[in-house]
Amino acid sequence: MNHKRLWSSLPVLAILAMILAACGGAQQAPQAPAATEAPAAQPTEAPAAQPTEAPAAQPTEAAEEPAAVEPGGKLNILYWQAITILNPHLASGTKDYDGATVILEPLARYNELDELVPYLATEIPTVENGGVAEDGTSITWNLVEANWSDGTPFTADDVIFTWEYCINPETACTNVESFANVASVEAPDPRTVTITFTDPTPNPYQAFVGPQGMILQKAQFENCAGANAISDAACQAANLAPIGTGPYKLVELRPGDTVLYERNPEYRNADSVFFDQVEIKGGGDAASAARAVCETQEVDYAWNIQVPDAVLLPILASGNCDAVAGGSFGIERIVVNFANPDPALGELRSEPSQPHPFLTDPLVRQAINLAIDREAIVNQLQATAGVPTCNILVAPAALDSPNTSCERDVEEANRLLDEAGWVWNGAVREKDGMQLVVDMQTSINALRQGEQAIFKANMAEIGMVVNLKAIDAGVFFSGDPGNPDTLNKFYADLQMYTNSPSSTDPASYFEGYTCAAVASAANQWNGTNDGRYCSEEFDALYEEFVGTFDPEERARLAIALNDKLIEDNAIFPLVNRQTPQVKLKNLEGPTYTTFDSVLWNIHEWRRTS
Amino acid sequence: MTQYILRRVLIAIPTLLVISFVVFAILALAPGDPLAQFALNPAIPESTRERIREQFGLNQPWPVRYVKWLQQLAQGNFGFSFSSKSNVSDLIWQRLPQTLQVVGLAYLIAVLLAIPIGIISAVKQYSLFDQVATFFSFIGFSVPSFFTGLLLMLVFAINLKWFPIVYSSTLEVKDWSSFWQQVRQMVLPVTVLVVQQTAALTRFMRSSMLDNIPLDYVRTARAKGLADRVVVLRHILMNSLIPVVTLIALGIPTIFAGAIITENIFRVNGLGQLLITSIQSSDTPVVMALAFIFAVLTVTFNLIADILYGVLDPRVRYT
Repeated sequence: MNHKRLWSSLPVLAILAMILAACGGAQQAPQAPAATEAPAAQPTEAPAAQPTEAPAAQPTEAAEEPAAVEPGGKLNILYWQAITILNPHLASGTKDYDGATVILEPLARYNELDELVPYLATEIPTVENGGVAEDGTSITWNLVEANWSDGTPFTADDVIFTWEYCINPETACTNVESFANVASVEAPDPRTVTITFTDPTPNPYQAFVGPQGMILQKAQFENCAGANAISDAACQAANLAPIGTGPYKLVELRPGDTVLYERNPEYRNADSVFFDQVEIKGGGDAASAARAVCETQEVDYAWNIQVPDAVLLPILASGNCDAVAGGSFGIERIVVNFANPDPALGELRSEPSQPHPFLTDPLVRQAINLAIDREAIVNQLQATAGVPTCNILVAPAALDSPNTSCERDVEEANRLLDEAGWVWNGAVREKDGMQLVVDMQTSINALRQGEQAIFKANMAEIGMVVNLKAIDAGVFFSGDPGNPDTLNKFYADLQMYTNSPSSTDPASYFEGYTCAAVASAANQWNGTNDGRYCSEEFDALYEEFVGTFDPEERARLAIALNDKLIEDNAIFPLVNRQTPQVKLKNLEGPTYTTFDSVLWNIHEWRRTS
Repeated sequence: MTQYILRRVLIAIPTLLVISFVVFAILALAPGDPLAQFALNPAIPESTRERIREQFGLNQPWPVRYVKWLQQLAQGNFGFSFSSKSNVSDLIWQRLPQTLQVVGLAYLIAVLLAIPIGIISAVKQYSLFDQVATFFSFIGFSVPSFFTGLLLMLVFAINLKWFPIVYSSTLEVKDWSSFWQQVRQMVLPVTVLVVQQTAALTRFMRSSMLDNIPLDYVRTARAKGLADRVVVLRHILMNSLIPVVTLIALGIPTIFAGAIITENIFRVNGLGQLLITSIQSSDTPVVMALAFIFAVLTVTFNLIADILYGVLDPRVRYT
């Protein structure tokens, strides 16, 4: 009998349970989730450096009196890529640097104007204040008085240790390149660090600066330099929970999911820190992250909203949030292959020894450049997050060349091709029995496929047929020498991707266009010059740039290097991408940055209502 | 019986070895690079990336790596994750509770819903109830979870604001209000999974009942004058449940596999999400560990299903 009752009452029970659940949900509905305390459309003071031109709705009504907001509460941040490790020297992506930024500090960081701001240093050393040697062979930093979150004092030993930790080859430190030119790091006293360089350097601010320069606590990582870095259990634990000097300290990291931080009472400006807790949740996708800020207001801030305008604009229109975009996330560009990718060449395919049959003709390249509709690429796809550009170097702003222009002129492009001997045959131009047909490859990404489509339509107007190819990003960017579809091999005529200099000094960025860096089978396709552009004039300019110390002269040369590439049409810059972040209107502090983590100033973030 | 189980366990060992070999080979031959994120970063040049690959042991040929992986496994060690540089087993333990909570609960609800719906559908075949149930189960079958997930999110989270979009894994259930918060954040992902799983099980339950209804023993029971309820619940149901129980047992390993798409859409930090992000970032040790655990569970529950079958149906004998 019991059995029977049970079975017959099951459906009733199930339905009851559902009704109960539904009612519960409904009752809860008017309450906002505990984590967010966000009244919707309250006007906020404009944050100091608010860079956005977001088409968000206007504040609806003025508040009677902006009551002072009590510090405290929780700051909810959403990343669609989840943080997996908090030791920035073993990071596997931008997200990890950002996660570490909340806890750890370098000597100095870059602000939204690309200027250095001292963090664990009292001031930025310069030649004028005697911190940088006039011959560029050393730099001396004075350290601030600060404590680690465990209460022990921060000293020059920690700085020296971080250097030793990172340059140990067995540590496999991600940031070892920032110490490439460092001969020694010494401490004349516990509050001073002197870095001596192997060669005189025009840019002494590479070591211990920005996301790659965050300083580890010697006491915590002492036994972790070398092979122990990831194999020792204590070091594994330390990598997931570093002790820092920053505004917040770690409560819990769930790798690949959530990081929870709390106020660090040992922080030197602890009183100015607004939030009690910060949580960075990872996973999901960019569009729903934007919705969680703008539409449901569950979170305060969402990172890197890389979605086409068609999706983003309606979300921003809710009026609860602002898009924060500016600086340069990178230059979306089309790279020209100067080598011949014809599969018939077999092993010699795309080798620098095989010149491209027609893209080596400057007139053809110029015609392509003139025919590209940059305005359409920006306005139709990414007006919130990009501006058309003709330069390959746009940041720092002082290095953004004023000398270039790239107005669209299809008539002139057609005239150039006529001049070069390409004659129309139906919809395609021909010359010497060769058709003007190119393959163009890029990674799979809705935005990029949109850009490809516009480019293809543009080229049709000058009689060039473009065959499009989209490759999985994991393959395209992998550098795998065994795979034919990498951007390094470049088995296509044109390819498109985003790149940018990693620091305010563009030396290594421009190195990627020198003859010495040409990618070929000989260097396992590891040369950074994937387009195989090679110009004696450019190389000479580059040599001059590298050997110049005077900042003004360097700036002039950097612009000249940019102009040379553009004049040669070696590369077609399209868009200066300013990947937007999205924040609630009542959150003050988030800003854009080009050379540092977006969380660089998290100690200043606060709620305004 | 013992002999049967022993034999099955022994057969399982080579099966698992072959599975692990195939998965490892696929992962090794598939393109991808754990450092792809840094591909164009001039601050992290190829030499640095090469050094990191060495640290991960990726510079060795993959058959060598496979043998090393097996040796580690024999010591009960799944190795360390490339992206978090911590033990894979820690990562899995961290995520198991969320998966069991969300996917396991969904499975439970699906079973509890599917069995009664299946029974009523079969007993009242072609009735309005049956038509409606059939309609919904075909919808559940044919609409993929990435669609139902987004649809529910749009309607109930974004427009009605009843439920949150973001699943908080740091939420601690301490009192009624945090319990409600937990329930609210579980409703949408659980619903998506329930819709799918109920659909399949309902159809199975219904057809299994229909197979039994016209049989002679049912007629005999009715002829003896037993009440309709007794005939249906005692006689038909008990016999119809045999294949369904097997099916349910076989479905249990999929709970542990998590729900890749649903977990990802709702940001539930379960095993499915771990699997997909690890595949995307070429985190071989994590993918291998998960694939291997799923393989073990599948083989185990196959065995359990077979044994259950014998327990439920005395006609089945193991030799």
